[in-house]
Amino acid sequence: MEIIVLIKRVVATDTRVKIGADGTSIDTAGVQYIMAPYDEIAVEKAIQLKTEAGEGKVTVLTVGPNEATKELRTALAMGADEAVHLTVDGTLDAAATAGAIHAGLEGRSFDLILCGKQATDVDDAAVGPRLAALLDLPSVAFASALTIEDGKAVVSRENEGVTEVYEVDLPAVLTAQKGLAEPRYPSLKGIMKAKKKPLATDAATAPENGSTVEALNLPPARADVVTIEPTPEGMQQLLAALRNDKKVL
Amino acid sequence: MSDVLIYAEVGRDDGGLFLKKATAEIATAARTVADATGGRVVALVPADVEQAAEKLGRYGVDAVHAVSADGFMPYQLEAHALAVTQLAGEISPALVLFAATVVGKELGAYVSGRLGAPIAADVVSLEWADGAVRVSKPMYAGKAFATVRLGERPVVSLRPNALAPVESPRDAVLEPLAVTAPAARVRLRERQAAAEKTIELTEADTIVSGGRGLGDPEKWDIVLDLAHALGAAHGASRAVVDAGWRPHSEQVGQTGKTVSPKLYVACGISGAIQHLAGMSSSKVIVAINKDPEAPIFKVADYGIVGDVHEVLPMLTEATKAFLA
Ligand SMILES: Cc1cc2nc3c(=O)[nH]c(=O)nc-3n(C[C@H](O)[C@H](O)[C@H](O)COP(=O)(O)OP(=O)(O)OC[C@H]3O[C@@H](n4cnc5c(N)ncnc54)[C@H](O)[C@@H]3O)c2cc1C
Ligand SMILES: Nc1ncnc2c1ncn2[C@@H]1O[C@H](COP(=O)(O)O)[C@@H](O)[C@H]1O
Repeated sequence: MEIIVLIKRVVATDTRVKIGADGTSIDTAGVQYIMAPYDEIAVEKAIQLKTEAGEGKVTVLTVGPNEATKELRTALAMGADEAVHLTVDGTLDAAATAGAIHAGLEGRSFDLILCGKQATDVDDAAVGPRLAALLDLPSVAFASALTIEDGKAVVSRENEGVTEVYEVDLPAVLTAQKGLAEPRYPSLKGIMKAKKKPLATDAATAPENGSTVEALNLPPARADVVTIEPTPEGMQQLLAALRNDKKVL
Repeated sequence: MSDVLIYAEVGRDDGGLFLKKATAEIATAARTVADATGGRVVALVPADVEQAAEKLGRYGVDAVHAVSADGFMPYQLEAHALAVTQLAGEISPALVLFAATVVGKELGAYVSGRLGAPIAADVVSLEWADGAVRVSKPMYAGKAFATVRLGERPVVSLRPNALAPVESPRDAVLEPLAVTAPAARVRLRERQAAAEKTIELTEADTIVSGGRGLGDPEKWDIVLDLAHALGAAHGASRAVVDAGWRPHSEQVGQTGKTVSPKLYVACGISGAIQHLAGMSSSKVIVAINKDPEAPIFKVADYGIVGDVHEVLPMLTEATKAFLA
């Protein structure tokens, strides 16, 4: 099994977002960065699949700033074999990212590409399926279970209360939803080993698509809380307010 | 004079095939854009759905292209992508619009790759301005909103419930779309419906969520009772999902589902930043927590300081009486 896992360096999920001086991006002062949580799940699943197959290779790939080497090393410490870093200044949108990954994959062979269902910064859930289209490969997004049977992927996903089970020809692009795997913490031994694993760096080539972020804003502030007494009268008062003042009942 | 193309997602239940609720919402958004470009709203329906033209025409769709060939139902990513791109090739739309459902997000992104088009996913509003599509798109799970001017002929997916459908009736023309499904590289083996009929969180008008404050999984019934009384979907914090009390599919938050119902009731949930990220765009928030300092009260419209084990049954009884 040769598996390529796409990972992205994103701001930590507990970041209090402040708008930067340019008005179109966040203020990154003091911000912590992590591998996007769903990408960790994808890395874990890839390592498990390789272990089950008893042979193969897991390559992690990111398009990101120089600092993203840290997240690649984390994936190597978890157990990935090799890393590819396509460097870029600034941020790319989903279309440009998928294009850069497509170009970066040229000449590489693989049985499977795994990525997160969405990067927890832009929340597009778009890079995986878009890349699949560029590579002309089959794809299933939001996979919550995956096994390899007779050279095919068997993938489950939740879709509006229904679990769909698909059989997918390989190679394919799948995106990881919760439940697919529980990411491990890198061991000390893993961290030591990761330092010596191959990490190739190249400049990303991203296509232009004409989209521009004009502004970034915080959501409108919410009104002060109205306190309701924990009594039967309080409940009636609440229900009346929800119906008459807020019109949501 | 540019048209807008929408993908009308089709669901299936005991009564047969039907158009998903969010179809009316994207038709409404498409109508606004088409009025500005002077074009038509054209809908692609990937199956023979009864009265599709009447139903879509009500929300401002001018023409409906329905696929009746084999290999399109149940949903097939590549077949549907081919149908959309083929129709897009015929009408060169200014915008291709999907609902940001599981299918709409996957298919929209795939189609954008096939068309080489710009993409914006899960937007909460869109407009036609200065010859381009401009969208408002949540980032960081709703901690910020980006205004993005998209490049030419973009693909966009619109978050369900973000916009109220508006009727704009017309007689939509129904035309068959001749398209042949490619050999399926993804094949549906089975569909397992959930044991109990649940309302999809991301499409629900009302959500009742529970957190670790419930104490233990045995106490969860009081959350479900209130949800039933309100006709609500039910969700959970990550703490209880991680503890195995509730399935992953119910998690609300930055690494769960982002929801924006009309009413969100948070029960025994502290309001950690990752949870708030997924629900703070709800129209009205009610919080029940025994700790008056809990951060959930910072985003709540109504706060009840008290024990969920006492307050929830009280609220459930009052709700039943109120809605009776
Ligand atoms: C990378 C990452 C991603 C995350 N993503 C998410 C996410 O998507 N969604 C999410 O929810 N969390 C997420 N979290 C976890 C988040 O940080 C919190 O740990 C979690 O939301 C806490 O859940 P809780 O409010 O149920 O539990 P707690 O924080 O333990 O809060 C329980 C609350 O219940 C109250 N309480 C206790 N007993 C009672 C009682 N009898 N009656 C009334 N109130 C009572 C307490 O006062 C307290 O406020 C994430 C964390 C990380 C690190
Ligand atoms: N810059 C990037 N480099 C590598 N992979 C990425 C990048 N951006 C997104 N991805 C992958 O695509 C998934 C979906 O991202 P998105 O479409 O941006 O929400 C992520 O979880 C990653 O697996």
